[in-house]
Amino acid sequence: MSTQTLPRADERVKSESFVAKLMKRPELGAIGGVVLVTIFFMITADSTMFTLSGVMNFMTPAAQLGILGIAAAMLMIGGEFDLSIGSMVAFAGMVFGVFVVNVGMPLVIAIPLTLAIAAALGATNGMVVLRTGLPSFIVTLAGLFILRGAALVGLKLFTGGSTQLRGIREAVEGDFLAPIFSGDAFGFLMRWLAEAGIVDSFKSGVPKVPGIPVEIIWFIAFAAIATYVLLRTPAGNWIFATGGDAFAAQNSGVPVRRVKISLFMLTAVAAALVAIITVIDAGSTDARRGFMKEFEAIIAAVIGGCLLTGGYGSAIGAFFGAIIFGMVTIGLTYTKFDQDWFQVFLGAMLLLAVIFNNVIRRRVTGER
Amino acid sequence: MSAPIIHMENIKKHYGNVIALNGVTFDVRAGECHCLLGDNGAGKSTFIKTMSGVHKPTEGSINFEGKPLSFNSPRDAMEAGIATVFQDLAMIPLMSVTRNFFMGREPTKGRGIFKRFDIDTANEITMTEMHKMGINLRGPDQAVGTLSGGERQTVAIARAVYFGAKVLILDEPTSALGVRQTANVLATINRVRALGIGVVFISHNVRHAMAVGDRFTVLNRGQTLGTATRGEINAAQLQDMMAGGQEMAELEGSLGGTI
Repeated sequence: MSTQTLPRADERVKSESFVAKLMKRPELGAIGGVVLVTIFFMITADSTMFTLSGVMNFMTPAAQLGILGIAAAMLMIGGEFDLSIGSMVAFAGMVFGVFVVNVGMPLVIAIPLTLAIAAALGATNGMVVLRTGLPSFIVTLAGLFILRGAALVGLKLFTGGSTQLRGIREAVEGDFLAPIFSGDAFGFLMRWLAEAGIVDSFKSGVPKVPGIPVEIIWFIAFAAIATYVLLRTPAGNWIFATGGDAFAAQNSGVPVRRVKISLFMLTAVAAALVAIITVIDAGSTDARRGFMKEFEAIIAAVIGGCLLTGGYGSAIGAFFGAIIFGMVTIGLTYTKFDQDWFQVFLGAMLLLAVIFNNVIRRRVTGER
Repeated sequence: MSAPIIHMENIKKHYGNVIALNGVTFDVRAGECHCLLGDNGAGKSTFIKTMSGVHKPTEGSINFEGKPLSFNSPRDAMEAGIATVFQDLAMIPLMSVTRNFFMGREPTKGRGIFKRFDIDTANEITMTEMHKMGINLRGPDQAVGTLSGGERQTVAIARAVYFGAKVLILDEPTSALGVRQTANVLATINRVRALGIGVVFISHNVRHAMAVGDRFTVLNRGQTLGTATRGEINAAQLQDMMAGGQEMAELEGSLGGTI
């Protein structure tokens, strides 16, 4: 070989500005959306919305949806859908409730067992999709009905006819694992900040926000881990490759089947985690739990930049997509608008996001 | 001349009662470009699939580096050092050049749960390997979709070379390209050959083959019509052999010798 010369820049390529580079990130749309929605509510909503307690108020539902949304985004990047996650929340909630109330298991057994059952069901979804070669859309649509129905039947069976299982809070009270899955975290920090006068407190000196709801911590941690996996590990590269072109990925030595099945397991486990957190929080579970969440999760992922065709998207995008969701659902109660505008807003947001993503995809692939 | 890296003797392949290959003999030496020419349906695809381990021959022997060998899967062939760049290239347009380059074979650093994709090393290798092939990328994060057909072809070739190919099979690499891009790919073939890799260049375009080929083998109706070295044969003769003589000569006459 001759001596190496440094790669010379191609004179036909203009150097890209920072903005142009930013334009190519999949999460751009979602971040822009957060900014727009924030400005909207800054103008229209009561000023309490953006106090610390107001932020916790909209971040809590955002976190519950976001955990599902990030998992859905990863699965979508891998080229598949899971429409059964909403029903999975109800089913896993029922299973978990029965474990702690009827069977009387401690959380240290009940939680891993619930997650394992969800993972097994997720793997089944994946295997059916791969074995039959049918679109995951239709296979998991079947799952949507099967799990919702099974949750309903299971609840009636174990409660003797009721569609609600109560007494969960009492059953887990005092369990050493309970603080990880319920209530507020970092209470000491809030007390300290209140004493220092940084956050608002009541006259008694108790901070108005007793702590950060655990689901927000789970949400942020999950977003960080998912982003790391997608961008900085071989597995992340396999996920993009699998969604981009499963055949090409297979030919290049990517374990496509394993990637897809793992992703289906991930969405199911994420649904079970949301079930556990919300069920402990509410103290009961019912068959309507997680209703429509599969669509909301997919919408959060799409707002976050995921393409419906797979191979492109981001976990951070889904993170912001979920925050937009939380802000709009809760934010409307701070305004004079009718709350039911929420659904109108949702549909419009989805349509905008899909159109926007299409443009971005053309930019990235250089299609003209 | 050096001994061939791979020698395939009298390969036959039958699909039920269809005879796809009926006695093909072919070899590749290190640092040469051996062109396999043939019209559509001549058996080129079947033959390269046999060479790259996709199909097992019905009859015939394969010698790899002097030892008899039989590939059970494309993976076997790949591990032995036979890389195939198919027409569809196995590239993902939405992913960056680096991510495509290392797809399925990502370099890692760290251990245990901290084992991660070493993206800096990967980027660096991609940039230098592409530079060696004469392509200056805008950046390693440039999406493959923004590259031209010829550049994509080159990425696929560079990837195969980097991962230790001894024999590189190129399936019609120039068939869908423009003039300029074709020239680039042919130049890339030249570079690869200079590295001591045996190149199998499959084409039905005689002019492209004449531009880089050291030896030429013509395949017609599942049989080899013989191998000629550079200088022994001219384009017109190759064209004739490929098309099967008489009828083509008449056609060409009516078209004024433009094909």
